[in-house]
Amino acid sequence: MTIQVSVRIAALASVALASLAVTDAAFAQKKYDTGATDTEIKIGNIIPYSGPASAYGIIGKMEEAYFKMINEQGGINGRKINFISYDDGYSPPKAVEQARKLVESDEVLFVFGPLGTPSNTAIQKYMNAKKVPQLFVATGATKFGEYKSFPWTMGWQPAYQSEGQIFAKYAMTEKPDGKIAVLYQNDDLGKDMLKGLKDGLGAKASMIVAEESYEVSEPTIENHLTKLKATGADILLSISTPKFAAQAIKKVGELGWKPMYFQSNVGASVASVMRPAGLENSQGVLSLAYVKEASDPQWANDEGMKKYLDFLAKHAPFANVADSSAEYGYGQAQTVVQVLKQAGDNLTRANIMKEAASLKDFVPDTMLPGVKINTSATDFYPIEQLRMMRFTGEKWDVFGPPIESKLGG
Amino acid sequence: MSTVQDVTAAPVIDAVPKKAMSLGPLASLIILALLVVTPLFVKNFIIFQMTMWLIYAIAVLALNILTGASGQFSLGQSAFYALGAYTSAILMEHGDINYALTLPVAGVICFVAGFLFGLPALRLSGVYLALATFALATAMPQLLKLGVFEHWTGGVQGLVVTKPDAPEILATLGLKVSQDMWLYYFTLAVSILIYILSVNLLKSRSGRAMMAIRDNEIAASAMGVDVSLYKTLAFGVSAGITGIAGGLGAIAVQFVAPDGYTIQLAVALFLGMVVGGVGWLPGSLAGAAFIVFVPNIAESVSKGLSGAVFGVILILIIFLLPHGSRQLAYGAQRLIGKFRKN
Repeated sequence: MTIQVSVRIAALASVALASLAVTDAAFAQKKYDTGATDTEIKIGNIIPYSGPASAYGIIGKMEEAYFKMINEQGGINGRKINFISYDDGYSPPKAVEQARKLVESDEVLFVFGPLGTPSNTAIQKYMNAKKVPQLFVATGATKFGEYKSFPWTMGWQPAYQSEGQIFAKYAMTEKPDGKIAVLYQNDDLGKDMLKGLKDGLGAKASMIVAEESYEVSEPTIENHLTKLKATGADILLSISTPKFAAQAIKKVGELGWKPMYFQSNVGASVASVMRPAGLENSQGVLSLAYVKEASDPQWANDEGMKKYLDFLAKHAPFANVADSSAEYGYGQAQTVVQVLKQAGDNLTRANIMKEAASLKDFVPDTMLPGVKINTSATDFYPIEQLRMMRFTGEKWDVFGPPIESKLGG
Repeated sequence: MSTVQDVTAAPVIDAVPKKAMSLGPLASLIILALLVVTPLFVKNFIIFQMTMWLIYAIAVLALNILTGASGQFSLGQSAFYALGAYTSAILMEHGDINYALTLPVAGVICFVAGFLFGLPALRLSGVYLALATFALATAMPQLLKLGVFEHWTGGVQGLVVTKPDAPEILATLGLKVSQDMWLYYFTLAVSILIYILSVNLLKSRSGRAMMAIRDNEIAASAMGVDVSLYKTLAFGVSAGITGIAGGLGAIAVQFVAPDGYTIQLAVALFLGMVVGGVGWLPGSLAGAAFIVFVPNIAESVSKGLSGAVFGVILILIIFLLPHGSRQLAYGAQRLIGKFRKN
C-alpha cells in the first residue's frame, strides 16, 4: 500500500515537474511581484468617498465600473483586475493608514489614482521607500512628476503650473501692455497655478497688478472682484473651482467689467459653471481644456465620445453625463489598462513604472482632438497638451493647435 | 426653589466618583500585558494602526480630563492637536531636534495656548463654551495656511516629517526592531506616563477641586476653591496633553497639513470620549478604538453609505450603552463578582 502511494506521488510529482518545465520554457518572460498572479492583478486605490471632497467619490466608482467591464470582456492578457478602493475622507493621516493597508495587508501590485495633493504628499515618501508605484495621482500639483527624487510616483492630468504658463504666454502675445488681476483659491491649486503664471511671465511679472485669494469656506467671493476691478486691470485670471468660478463670472458681468477673462480648467464646466453664471455673462471667457465635455452636443458624433456615452449607459448608469469627474475616472482607468496591456506577462513593480513611462501617443476616448499621452524615463507628466478655448453661444469653441508646456526636464 | 434655578444648578455631567475614574490594578495589568505583547505577533501595518489608536487615546483622555473632571465642553481639541503636531514637525524638520525632545515642547506650548484660551472661555459655559471652542477648531486650518508662517509650516502643501529609527543600542544588543515597532513602544511608554500622571492629578487636591466645580460651581467657590484658576488649569492641562498626542501623530504619520486637522477631528475626539464613557479615563482606549476602527468596518459594509453605517453603529451604542464602555466594564465586574460568591 505504502509503496503504491509513494509510486503514485512520484509519478504525479514528475508530471507536475515536467509541466512546470514546459510552462517555464513557453513563458520564460513571466515575472510577478506581490499582487500579480496568472489569474489576477491587484490594484489599490484611495478616494474620498466621504468628507469635504466626497464629490470626487464618483471617480473611484467609475474606475471600478470600467475594470468590471474589462473583467467581463476577459480581463487583460487573461488576468482579472481586482480593484481595491478605500476611503480616506480627504484626511492625510487616514490616507497613510489606507496606503499601508493596501501595500502591507491587501498586498496590491501598485496603488493607482489616489486623490488630492495633501493625501498624495502624505503617502509619497512611504510609497517610494517601499518601491510600490504610486501611479497616475489624481491631482495637478507639479511636484508629482519629479522622477529623480520620487521614481515611483507619476502624475496624470496637466500640471497646474503648465496651465498658468500657457495663460501667461497667451496674455503676453495678445495684450503685451495689459494689467493682470488674479483671483485664486487659497490652496495648492491656486498657489501652484499662480506660480506657473509668474514663471511664464518671467521678466514681465510686473504685469500682475493685483492678487486676491479666497477660502473655500467663504459663502461669496463678490467683494474680491469689486476690489480687483478697482485696480483698473484689463486681464483677469480666475483660478477657481466650479461654485466660485460661476460666482466670479456672474459678478464680473454685473459689474460691467470687460476684462480678457481666463478661467482655470477645473472650473470650466458648461453645466456647473457657465450656465449657472448666465450665458450672457459667459461670452468670450477663455479657458484651457484637454478633455471633451460629454454633455456638449458638438461631440455627439465623435467616435470616442460615443464609446464613453455607451459605457455610461451600459456599465455606469449611476453617473451624471454632466459630471466631469466621471469622465476623469474613465480616462484614468483607460490609461492604466493600457499600461497593463503593455506590461504583458512581466508584472513586476519596476516594469509597471517602466511601462507607465513608455506611453507613446496614447489617446483615451475622452481627450480633445490632438491631445495625446506621452511619457518617458525623464518625463513623468503624462498629459502635457492643452488647447485654448473660448466660450461662444452655449458651448466652448476650441481654437489654435494643442499647446505643449514642458515642466522640469 | 424656582425652576430656572433648577435648570442652571443641574450638573451637565453626571457626577463620577473619583475612585471610579481609573481601573483596578489587576485589570490594568492585563490590558498593559496585551498592549506590550500583541505587536510582537502582528504585521507592521497593524502595529501602525495600534500606534494611531494609542495616540487618539491620549487625545481622548485629554478631553476626558476637561469634560469628565472639570465639566467643560470642548469641540476645539483639533486645534491643540494641530498646534502640537506642527510644533513637533517644525522643530524636527527646521530645527533638527530629536523627536522625543519635541514632545515636551509641544506639550508646553499647547498648555500655554490652552491656558490663555481658557481665560476668555471662563465667561462661557455649556453649549456656549462648546461653540467658542468650535470657532477655534474651524479657524485653525486657515491659520496654518497663512502666508506669514508659510516658511515654517509649508502652507497648504504641509510639511513632510522624517520617521525616527529605533535607537542603535537595540541593534547592538541583537534586537531587530522595525521603525513601526519602535514608534509603537515609544508611544506606549508616553501613553502610560500620561495615564499615570492624569490619574494622580485627578486624585490630588487639584483634581478634587476640578470635580467640585463640575458638580456645583457655587458650592465649590463657597468652600474656597479658586474657580477661575482651576477651570483655566483644566483647559491648559487638557490642551497640553492633546498637543503631545498631536506631536506623536505627526511623527507616526510623517506628514502635517492643514487638511489633517479639520473640525472632523475635533468631532471624532468628542465621539471617542462619549463612546468611551465621559469621565472614565480607561474608556479613552475604547473610545479611540471606536474612532480608528469603526469607520473601517463601516466602509467594508458599504462604500457609498459608510457615513450612514457609521451613524447607525453610533446610535446603537448610544442606545444600548448610554454611559459608554464604562457601563460595559461595570457590568463585567458585577458578573465576575457574582461568580466569585458562588
